[in-house]
Amino acid sequence: MTQLTMRPDTKEGTAKRALRVVGVLLASVVFLYPFVWLISASLKPSTDVFDNALIPHVVQWSNYQELWNALPLFTWIGNSVLVTLAAAVTVTVSSAIVAFGFAYFRFPGRDALFALVIGTMMLPAAVTMVPQYMVWNWLHLASSQVPLWAPNLFGSAFYIFLLRQFFLGLPRELFEAARVDGAGYWTLFWRIAAPLCRPALIVTFIFEVQASWTDLVRPLIYLRDPQLYTVPRGLKAVLDQFGDGGEMRWEIVCAASVVVTVPMIIAFFVCQRHFTQGIATTGSKG
Amino acid sequence: MQSVLTPKPPRSSKSGRTARAQGPATGTPKAAGSARRREIWAAYGFISPWIVGFVVFTAGPMLASLVLSFTDYDAIGSTHNVGFANYQQLFEDPQVAKSLMNTLIFAVLRVPLAMAFALVLAMLLLKVGRTAGLFRTVFYLPVMTPPVAVGILFLLLFNGNVGLINHVLGFFGIEGPSWTTDSFWVKPGLVLTSLWSVGSTVVIYFAALRSVPKDLYEAAELDGAGRWTSFRHVTLPQISGTLFFTLIVNTIASLQTFTEAYTAFFGTATTQSYSSDAALFYVVYLFQQAFQYMHMGYASALAWLLFLVILVITIIQAKVSKRFVYYEGDQR
Repeated sequence: MTQLTMRPDTKEGTAKRALRVVGVLLASVVFLYPFVWLISASLKPSTDVFDNALIPHVVQWSNYQELWNALPLFTWIGNSVLVTLAAAVTVTVSSAIVAFGFAYFRFPGRDALFALVIGTMMLPAAVTMVPQYMVWNWLHLASSQVPLWAPNLFGSAFYIFLLRQFFLGLPRELFEAARVDGAGYWTLFWRIAAPLCRPALIVTFIFEVQASWTDLVRPLIYLRDPQLYTVPRGLKAVLDQFGDGGEMRWEIVCAASVVVTVPMIIAFFVCQRHFTQGIATTGSKG
Repeated sequence: MQSVLTPKPPRSSKSGRTARAQGPATGTPKAAGSARRREIWAAYGFISPWIVGFVVFTAGPMLASLVLSFTDYDAIGSTHNVGFANYQQLFEDPQVAKSLMNTLIFAVLRVPLAMAFALVLAMLLLKVGRTAGLFRTVFYLPVMTPPVAVGILFLLLFNGNVGLINHVLGFFGIEGPSWTTDSFWVKPGLVLTSLWSVGSTVVIYFAALRSVPKDLYEAAELDGAGRWTSFRHVTLPQISGTLFFTLIVNTIASLQTFTEAYTAFFGTATTQSYSSDAALFYVVYLFQQAFQYMHMGYASALAWLLFLVILVITIIQAKVSKRFVYYEGDQR
């Protein structure tokens, strides 16, 4: 795509190039500034939160101290970590198993069933919200953390689709050779397919970590006891207590928002290559 | 593509190749037949988690919700058949029409804006050379932000009196509206906020744009095509499949918008302010009916209406897009 900038009229080219860089930089400021604003506001005294100063006039670390003391933040973070790990591990394993089933085998009804998988991917989550609650209510688990991760035991359409795509890319001869050596189907999956598709499994895992960590809907539905809250549910509680109509202590709300957001930002920087790869794959294969 | 990549276990159990592939024990046709049967059972074994999940968490509950939409189920007391009363109420309940309208306005504003914005950003990324990776990271960061925090940022930054947005608008001599309290400006404010999280669409477009063959642009240039012409006749057709995908996904997501609006305007009696009517999106109302008032039967009817609305809109989009989406090696 560089041909446009490599035209002979370099003077105009440089000017245009500079314009583009300015555009990208401007966009970057728009994307980054809210983070800076939030962190800065979380360190300001109550009266300065909206002064829009980049650097707080008075740095008040005690906001975090106060947040920590006022709320069971540690419990919430612990809950979130457990729920997120359970959700991500289960969905990765189960989706991989199912995806391998669809990728390796030929069996009656396969294409129809796979079409159904794709169909559920298009099914709006809001539509199954009430019916799923009824299932958990019937199982007497509707006020627990179980509904936040247990559905992942059965695979998730989107990840099944993604992983199947990767399994299909593996050379068939690999499996046939192993079969000749007497390997069972589980061995084909566990010892050959899964290790070779590790990048795709990592993509699945971190996508689900993000989805699970940031979810507010299910915690709103299922978690009644504040001791069971995950961090986003806790943040909503913080907002209701300290925000508008509450104590108007916005610096506390900001501090809590930072606490919720920072783990995701760190996770992203650690595995950003996988994120962008995974998303690009969904787009081009969708 | 499917037929090339899809693994082909033996179609007929009689072929010699099959016997070899199944291992030394399956020399005779009979043994091969039983091996084939074993293979089929193994296949169902592998996909069984999904089948169980589909029955227990999707198909079963949806059927149940269809039944329940004709009852007054509330998860506590006894349940009675109420016939079509819930569906009748859909048409009489002014909140339904209002929330549906709010949701449609939000989607109509958000989807095209988000797609255009993402495309512009992706094309900018394409032109900045080696630093593209860095900026792509920057554009993606907001996607990692939990929606509940985005809802809070909306309240803070869009505050009409002291918020940053109006502060910046003030530099240009513009007096910004009361984004969070003026019922006319709540939805535009939420749409603008949602544009902040446009990063995943940018990443998708960026990947699609990069995979457009360069020689097409060179050919277009040789033919004397200008920048706009080559965008219109090379870029757009080449990425039309991706555009279609993001159109569908973004529309379905927008029609279900919930968390940011709920965070900012609902949840407690005190935060449920006068402006919340403008932010009463369909799923918010569905959530309230189901889990605040425990009108599960009515909520089931609401959910089915949403399902129908989304289905119809998706089908229309698919039909209309069909004329514009270009596939390599047309025509399918």
